[in-house]
Amino acid sequence: MKKTLAVTLVLAGTLGAVATAQAVDVRARFIAANCSYCHGPDGKSRGAIPSLAGLEPGYFVAQMKAFKDGSRPATVMKKHANGYSEAEYEAMANYFASIK
Amino acid sequence: MTINRRDFLKVSAGAASLAAVGTLGGCASVQTGSAGPKVVVVGAGFGGCTFAKYLKAWYPAANVTLIEPNDHFTSCPFSNTVLAGINKMEDIELPYTYISKLVDTWVPDTVVAIDTAKQTVTTAGGKTFPYDRLVLSGGIELLFDRVQGYDAETQKTIKHAWKASRDQTGVLRQQLEAMPDGGTFVMSVPMSPYRCPPGPYERACMVATYFKEAKPKSKIIILDGNPDIASKKPLFLAAWKKHFGYGTDNSMIDYRPNNMPRSVDAKKMMVGTEFDDVKGDVINVVPPMRAAAVTGLAGVRDGNNGNWCTIDYLTFESKVAKNVHILGDSALTNFPKSGSVANNTGKMCAYALSEIFAGHQPDPAPVVTNTCYSGTGQGTAFHVATVFRWNEEKKSLVPPKDANGISAEESELEMAYMEAWAMNVWSDTLDLPADYKFTAKG
Ligand SMILES: Cc1cc2nc3c(=O)[nH]c(=O)nc-3n(C[C@H](O)[C@H](O)[C@H](O)COP(=O)(O)OP(=O)(O)OC[C@H]3O[C@@H](n4cnc5c(N)ncnc54)[C@H](O)[C@@H]3O)c2cc1C
Ligand code: HEC
Repeated sequence: MKKTLAVTLVLAGTLGAVATAQAVDVRARFIAANCSYCHGPDGKSRGAIPSLAGLEPGYFVAQMKAFKDGSRPATVMKKHANGYSEAEYEAMANYFASIK
Repeated sequence: MTINRRDFLKVSAGAASLAAVGTLGGCASVQTGSAGPKVVVVGAGFGGCTFAKYLKAWYPAANVTLIEPNDHFTSCPFSNTVLAGINKMEDIELPYTYISKLVDTWVPDTVVAIDTAKQTVTTAGGKTFPYDRLVLSGGIELLFDRVQGYDAETQKTIKHAWKASRDQTGVLRQQLEAMPDGGTFVMSVPMSPYRCPPGPYERACMVATYFKEAKPKSKIIILDGNPDIASKKPLFLAAWKKHFGYGTDNSMIDYRPNNMPRSVDAKKMMVGTEFDDVKGDVINVVPPMRAAAVTGLAGVRDGNNGNWCTIDYLTFESKVAKNVHILGDSALTNFPKSGSVANNTGKMCAYALSEIFAGHQPDPAPVVTNTCYSGTGQGTAFHVATVFRWNEEKKSLVPPKDANGISAEESELEMAYMEAWAMNVWSDTLDLPADYKFTAKG
């Protein structure tokens, strides 16, 4: 008996977008994963915090900038937005946009 | 003979799982599941589960064994709401069904020995597992012997409820329910650093919520070992004033800083501090704590007078044992000891190891974050949030400018976000499916 393709497929299925995103920049994937304890696994939220999966990258980056400069009011997001660079906003925007 | 993961799952129902695990662990040459580096994870809490899940996602060839004696997860976050009567124990109990299927080998057992020279781990069931990398996320060890009289007999009456379970949190709730109106609840706050800095002050809010509604003549005495409220002080003081009369003659809460419990007596129902003997109808003493006992087995409690484990911030590898990584509360870092941090650092370690296994250098400038929400019990909540980034001068992860702070005020909106945080961090950690039905409220 050895490891079968079926097992691999089952695993990939369970992990969803995380497993299929091999092509993406691994650092973007990691910093984006840091958001998921609030925004849900793969940016798919189970509650009142908005989902990030599938957001249009231009919209995503504009929101991050608006949190940072205070033009969009926020409870927590100003602190989180202040912790990342604009290049990182874009890398995360592209990562979340790629999740279906 | 080899057993693959799917065959293992077929036989893993009920008693058969022990037998199967026995077969897998009994023979060091047995290869289960993926053929890559052997990674043994101890503890299926916030750190261990998140690490295992993300390592399998980011380096599927890793062969991951997860060892955990409990048959389900009980969340410390939201456990204070059980004391308020907002939730029942079953609302904060979640299944290991999904995470246990995701790893190559799930071992329902306790680690009792670690040989860092031979790179093996041995369980109470007598099985030995070799590792290329060992990840310890065992949480905390409570030091009962540092509080005079806190022996096994006393522990039947006096609960800490700092590791959530039916025997701790569940029994403490029953004691509060049995207490007559006009009674006194005495609770303690351990000296920093401890698991969940805002947790004790949130606990006071939750018990006060219950008293306000069911036993309004009752009082809460908080014996704090620290010189002051250790987390979100302005927000807790405001909540205590607004909801529980703090600062008036009628305050439900009597807060006493610099009052470290030195002794407990379950017969006299008394807590001794340096100053006083404090009598309570229900007593809840959290003893001093250090890194999980399992880190002691590996000899990696090298920091802070031998209490916590120092780590390399880029990999979470122990500073004293090669190929041993420490996650969650056991690690000595400048992050708060929270579920959010255990979850985030689990990902960081998975990311670093996935890079190392792929033959790359780990990211030289990683980022992790913390957010801790606290509920007031009154339908509102507030947070503290911090981003930690690599700082080359300090060789540490530190908050950049303005990436650290607390809520302006408590709000109902943040209660909705706190509930969302819980569902999302539980889902992320335990790999719960998108349609999982949660029942916990904030
Ligand atoms: C009352 C309270 C409220 C809290 N509220 C929050 C909150 O709102 N937000 C937040 O972010 N954090 C909160 N926390 C903190 C959070 O619970 C911890 O920081 C988190 O659980 C740490 O994760 P961990 O992986 O280090 O340990 P744990 O989650 O405790 O997991 C450790 C696991 O290791 C297992 N284990 C231990 N020894 C062995 C062994 N020898 N062999 C095998 N397995 C072993 C244990 O059974 C356990 O399952 C709260 C804590 C408390 C007490
Ligand atoms: C502590 C929980 C928490 C964390 C961690 C967190 N967020 Fe948020 N996020 C929120 C909340 C809550 C909102 C709603 C705005 C507010 O009140 O701050 C939000 C809103 C957003 C929005 C706007 C979404 C929309 O539909 O308009 C974006 C974009 C976003 N977050 C991105 C991120 C990114 C990227 C990260 C990780 C780097 C992150 N968030 C981490 C809680 C969080």
